[in-house]
Amino acid sequence: MTTLPSLPTPKKLGLVIDLDICVGCHACVVNCKEWNTGGYGAALSDQHPYGADVSGTWLNRIHTFEVTPEGGEIVGEAGDARIVHFPKSCLHCEDAPCVTVCPTGASYKRAEDGIVLVDEEKCIGCGLCAWACPYGAREMDLAAGVMKKCTLCIDRIYNETFEEVDRVPACVRTCPASARHFGDFADPNSAVSIMVAERGGMDLMPEQGTKPVNKYLPPRPRKPLSESAGMLPLAENTADAKGFFAWLDGMLDRI
Amino acid sequence: MSTEPRLALSEPIADEVRKTTCYMCACRCGINVHLKDGKIRYIEGNRDHPVNRGVLCAKGSAGIMQHYAPARLRAPLLRTGPRGSGEFREISWDEALETATGWLGEVRARDPRKLAFFTGRDQSQSLTGFWAQQFGTPNYAAHGGFCSVNMAAAGIMTIGGAFWEFGAPDWDRTKLFVMFGVAEDHDSNPIKIGISKLKQRGARFVSVNPVRTGYSAVADSWVGIRPGTDALLVLAIVHELLKARKIDIDYLIRYSNAPWLVIDAPDTADHGLFARDEDGKPLVFETVTERVVAAGATGARPALSGSHRLPDGRRACPSFHLLVEKYLDPKYAPEAVAEETGLSAATIRGLAAEIARTAFDEAIEIDQPWTDIYGERHQSFVGRPVSFHAMRGIAAHSNGFQTTRALHLLQVLIGSIDCPGGFRFEPPYPKPLDAHPTPHGRAEHFGSNKPLSGPHLGFPRGPEDLLIDDDGKPSRIDKAFSWDAPIAAHGMMHMVIANAHAGDPYPIDVLFMYMANMAWNSSMNTAGTMKMLTDKDEATGEYRIPKIIYSDAYDSEMVAYADLILPDTTYLERYDCISLLDRPISEPDAVQDAIRWPVIEPDRDVRGFQTVMLDLGARLALPGFADAHGVPLYKDYADYIVRHERRPGIGPLAGFRGSEGDRAGRGAPNPDQLKRYIENGSFFSAHIPLEAQFFKHANQAYQDFAVKMGFFDTPKPVIFQLYSEPLQKFRLAGEGLREPAAPESHRERIMAAFDPLPDWYRPFGEAAADEGEFPYHAISQRPMAMYHSWGSMNAWLRQIHTKNPLYVPGKICDAHGLVSGDWVWLTSRHSRIKVQIQRTDAVNDGTMWTWNAVGKRRGAWALDKNAPEGTKGFLLNHLIHELLPPKKDGMRWSNSDPVTGQAAWYDLMVRIEKADTGGEAEPNFPAISRPADLPEPPDELRYGQEWAS
Repeated sequence: MTTLPSLPTPKKLGLVIDLDICVGCHACVVNCKEWNTGGYGAALSDQHPYGADVSGTWLNRIHTFEVTPEGGEIVGEAGDARIVHFPKSCLHCEDAPCVTVCPTGASYKRAEDGIVLVDEEKCIGCGLCAWACPYGAREMDLAAGVMKKCTLCIDRIYNETFEEVDRVPACVRTCPASARHFGDFADPNSAVSIMVAERGGMDLMPEQGTKPVNKYLPPRPRKPLSESAGMLPLAENTADAKGFFAWLDGMLDRI
Repeated sequence: MSTEPRLALSEPIADEVRKTTCYMCACRCGINVHLKDGKIRYIEGNRDHPVNRGVLCAKGSAGIMQHYAPARLRAPLLRTGPRGSGEFREISWDEALETATGWLGEVRARDPRKLAFFTGRDQSQSLTGFWAQQFGTPNYAAHGGFCSVNMAAAGIMTIGGAFWEFGAPDWDRTKLFVMFGVAEDHDSNPIKIGISKLKQRGARFVSVNPVRTGYSAVADSWVGIRPGTDALLVLAIVHELLKARKIDIDYLIRYSNAPWLVIDAPDTADHGLFARDEDGKPLVFETVTERVVAAGATGARPALSGSHRLPDGRRACPSFHLLVEKYLDPKYAPEAVAEETGLSAATIRGLAAEIARTAFDEAIEIDQPWTDIYGERHQSFVGRPVSFHAMRGIAAHSNGFQTTRALHLLQVLIGSIDCPGGFRFEPPYPKPLDAHPTPHGRAEHFGSNKPLSGPHLGFPRGPEDLLIDDDGKPSRIDKAFSWDAPIAAHGMMHMVIANAHAGDPYPIDVLFMYMANMAWNSSMNTAGTMKMLTDKDEATGEYRIPKIIYSDAYDSEMVAYADLILPDTTYLERYDCISLLDRPISEPDAVQDAIRWPVIEPDRDVRGFQTVMLDLGARLALPGFADAHGVPLYKDYADYIVRHERRPGIGPLAGFRGSEGDRAGRGAPNPDQLKRYIENGSFFSAHIPLEAQFFKHANQAYQDFAVKMGFFDTPKPVIFQLYSEPLQKFRLAGEGLREPAAPESHRERIMAAFDPLPDWYRPFGEAAADEGEFPYHAISQRPMAMYHSWGSMNAWLRQIHTKNPLYVPGKICDAHGLVSGDWVWLTSRHSRIKVQIQRTDAVNDGTMWTWNAVGKRRGAWALDKNAPEGTKGFLLNHLIHELLPPKKDGMRWSNSDPVTGQAAWYDLMVRIEKADTGGEAEPNFPAISRPADLPEPPDELRYGQEWAS
C-alpha cells in the first residue's frame, strides 16, 4: 500500500473541461498522445496499428453519449435527444484510490502540486490501480508493461525551456474550442477556480469520495427558437405586396 | 511516506523547431514541427499563425503518423498486371517521366482534348490550371464539381464572394450565428475557435443540419431540417421579414441591384433582362425627377417598385418589385413549408424573429469614418450582427445552387454582408462576376501543339459563352459548360470516367489525375467506376480508357487502377504555396498567404507533384515551362514560386516582393522570398487599413487597397445581384428566344432551375425516387478527426474511427423492428449495401447517416485485409449513381445540380430492411495487393521510445 500526502497539497493542479463548447473533435486526445509518446516515461504503444484488431495506449479519450433529458431541459428544435462529448483523463483526485492500492509505491501523489504520477521504475504492471480507479483513467501499456496515465504534462508545465504561455498541458494548448483550462484549484482566485464558481463546475461521480481535482462545466442553459415566434412584429396590410409597396414608398421618402 | 523520485522537468524537447503549413486537411493551419535526432518529435499549432492561432486539431496532431505511414509509396510504379490487380514494378523517375512525356506529347500533337487532366484536393490549381492551359487540352478542372461548386458559384454570382475561403463570419462581433450543414474539415479550426468565442460571450448559435453531431451538438438551437429543403426554410424567413418590414432598404438601394429596372416584354429576347443605356449601364427610375437614369447616378433616389416606361417605350419595373411579389406569396409562409422541411412553423418564425431582432434592434456601430464608391462620406460602420455560414450540406444537392443564392439573398435583405458582425469578405474577394473570365474550351480555343486560348474555368454570362459545338454538343469530356451544366464553374470531375468510358461526347487517350481517389470514395457508383476503369474495347483488346497516369503519396484505392504512378511527397517534405491566385487563406482584416517547405528530407525516391509538373512541362516544351530552345525555365517548384509572374509584378506569393523584400502584393521577384517566409513562420500577413475593413464591395479605400495589392488593375466594386440576369438569359434560351437556343430536351429543366430569383425545387434524386419505395434520406458526415480517405492509414486516427455504423433514427428502427447492432440491407434505386446499424434520436427522423470515407477497399492503404475499415466500414457511394434514372425518352441526366453540375451526393433516397445474416459489410470486393512488394506494416508501434526518460 502507498500513502497519500499527509497534508493537503499546497497546490491542486488540474483541468476544467467545458462541456458547453466541447465539439468532440479529438484534438486533445491526439495531441496528448503525440506529446506523451515521446515524453515522460515509456512510449504510448499501439498494437496491430494497421491490423484488424488495432488498439493503443491513450491518456485521454473522448466518450460520446446520446442523451434524451427526462423532465429536464428540452433544447432541440427537431427532437429532444442531444449529443454530449465527454473528454476523460486522470482527475488527479485528492483521495486517489489508485495510489493507496499500489503495492510498490509506484503510484504516488506529489506533495507539492497534487499531480498523480506513476514511477515506472517501481511499477510492476499488476494493474491494481486501474481496477481501483472508478473513472477508468489508467491504461496499461502492453509493450512496456507499465501503467500509463495523464501526467498533466509535467514535462511541459515546469519546463523553463518553453515560453511561459506554453507551460500548460498539451491538451489545453491545442484545444481549438478553448474547452480545456489548466490551473491551481487550491487558489480561489485562479482563473479555473473562478470559472468553476461562476459556471457551477461539477465533480465527476462525487459519491465515490475520491474528491477529484478536475472539474466539468455543464452546458449553459438554452431556449428554443419557437419561444421567439411571437416577437416578430406584424405590419399592417401584410396580406399582399400592395401593402408592402405602400410602406416602401413611405420608407423611401424618409431616406 | 515514500520519497518522491526526482524528475527532470525542464528539458528541451527537440533539437530544432521548423515552422510550416499543415496539410492534414484543407484548413491550412500554421504548425511548429519539432525535430529531434532527425525525426519528428512533436507537431503543434503556431501561435502567431492567423488561421489557427496556436491550436491544432486531431488530424494535425497526427501528422507524425501520416508522415511515417506504411501506406506511403517509395518510387515510381509501372503497372505489370491487369488494372485493378495492384501489380506493379518500381521504375526510375527518368523512365517514368519519359513514359509520361511520350504519352502526353503524342496526344498534344494529334488531338489535345484526348488528355483529361483532373486534380483532386490539391492546393496548387493556379499551377495545374496554367499547365493544362499551356498544354492545350480543354479538359482540365480540379475537384470543386464534386465538392462545393454550388457554394462558390452561387456566392460569386450573387455577392461576389462565398463562404469559407472568400469570407467568414465576424466571430468577434456577431450576436446571432446561423450555420447550415458543413463538412467539418473545411475551415475546421477557425470555426471551432469562432464558435467558442461567440458562446463565451453569450451570442446565439443556431445549427441547421439533419444530424446533431459535431458543431450541432453544442448549438444553442438545433434545427434538424429534412435534407434538401433548406431553401424553403430560408425563403420562409424572407417571407416573414418582408411581412414584418424587417429589411434594410437603404442598404438594398446602395449595394444591390434591387432598383435596377427589369424589362417587361414577354416573348421577346430581352424579357426579364435589365434595361440598359447605350454604355450598357443598368437603368433605374429616379423618383424625384421621374426619369429613367443610369444606376449609381449621384443624388438619384431610385424607385424600388412600380411599373415604369423606358425611353424606348417598353415597360420595366425594379427587380425588387418582382422579388417582393414573389416571396410574399403565401406558398412561402412558415405554415406552408412546415411539412416539407420537417420543422414547426413556430421554429421558422422564431428564427426569423431572432434574425430581425438581432439585425435591427441590436445593431452595432464602429466609430470610423469611411467613403463609399459614390464619394459619399460616412461617419461610422453600422453593423447588423447576424452572420451565416454554410458548406456542403446545402451545396451537395441538385437544388444547391438556388439554395445558396437564397441564403445570400437573405443576408443582403437584412444588410449584413461585410458589415461589422455579419459575414465578411476575405481578400482578394469580393470580386464581381465581370472580373472572372469566361470559360475556354470550344473548338476554336485549342488545336495541335498550342495552348488553350484562355483559362478553362470561369463564368458564362449567358448561353453564348457555353462550350458547345454548332449542334449543341459538349466540347469538354465532363460536359461542363454545356446545356447539361451551363455554369459548371469548377468542372465536373465526377463525370469524367463515366463519360470517357462511354465515349460520350468522345473517347480520350490519357487520363491524368492527382490526389483524387476515383476508384473509391471520390466517385459515385464505385463498383461501376472500377468496371469502367478496367473495361476493354472488344475490337482492340485495349482498355476503354487506354492510359491512366496518377500521382499520390499513398497506396490509395486509385493506385491499383492506374498504369503509371508518380509518387508524391508528404506535406512535410515539399515546397508549396497557399496563394492568393488560388485558394486564399486571408482573414477579413488581413491579406494572407503561406508556404510549405521541406522541414524533413524524403527518405525515398519520391518527388513533389508540382515539381514533376514543371519537369513534364519542360520535357513537353510547353510555353511558360521551357524556353524556345527547350531549356527548362524553372529548376523546381520553389524556383517557380519565386520567379513566376502571372502579370508583371504579380506572382504566386504576395509577401516580401521586390529586390529588398519590402513590397506586398505587387513587386519584382525576390530571390530571398522563401527565406523571408520561413523566417516569418512560413506565412505573410498584411493588414487592411481600418477604414477599408468593411463594406469592401463599395468602400473606396478598400478598392484602392485592392488595386495597390494587385488584385485588380482598376477598382472593381460589387453590386449584389439579388436578381440574376445571366440566369434569365439561360431561361430565354430555354424558351427559344435567345441564341443559341436550348435543345428541346433541356428546355423544361432550364426553365425550372434557372429562376433569376432564388427558388426551391424538389431535389432530382428525391423526385425520381418513388416515395413509397424509397422513403428515407441517407447522408454522410465528415468526422472531425478524419480528412476524406486519408485518416484510415494513420495509426492514431484510425483508432478513433475504425469502422462506421449506419445511424438510424429511433422512429425508423421501431417501424422496421431494428435494434443497435443489427445488420440491414440499405437499398437505393441503383444498388444495395449491407451494413450494421446503431440507433439514434439525434437526427431528423426520416434521415439515416454515417461517417464519410471510413470504409476502405481491402488491401489498400497498407491496412490488413481483415481491417474493420474493409470488413465493416462502408461507403454510401455504392448507392449513388452518377446518372439519374432514365426519363420517358430514355435520357439520363447527370446526378448533379442542373446549373453548376455540382454532384448531388445528398439527394440519396433509400429503403431499409433487416438482413438475415451479419458478418461483413457488402459489397465486398476482392482485396488488392500491395504494389511492388512494399514492406509489410509493423505489428507494434512504440513511437518515441528512444526518447523515453
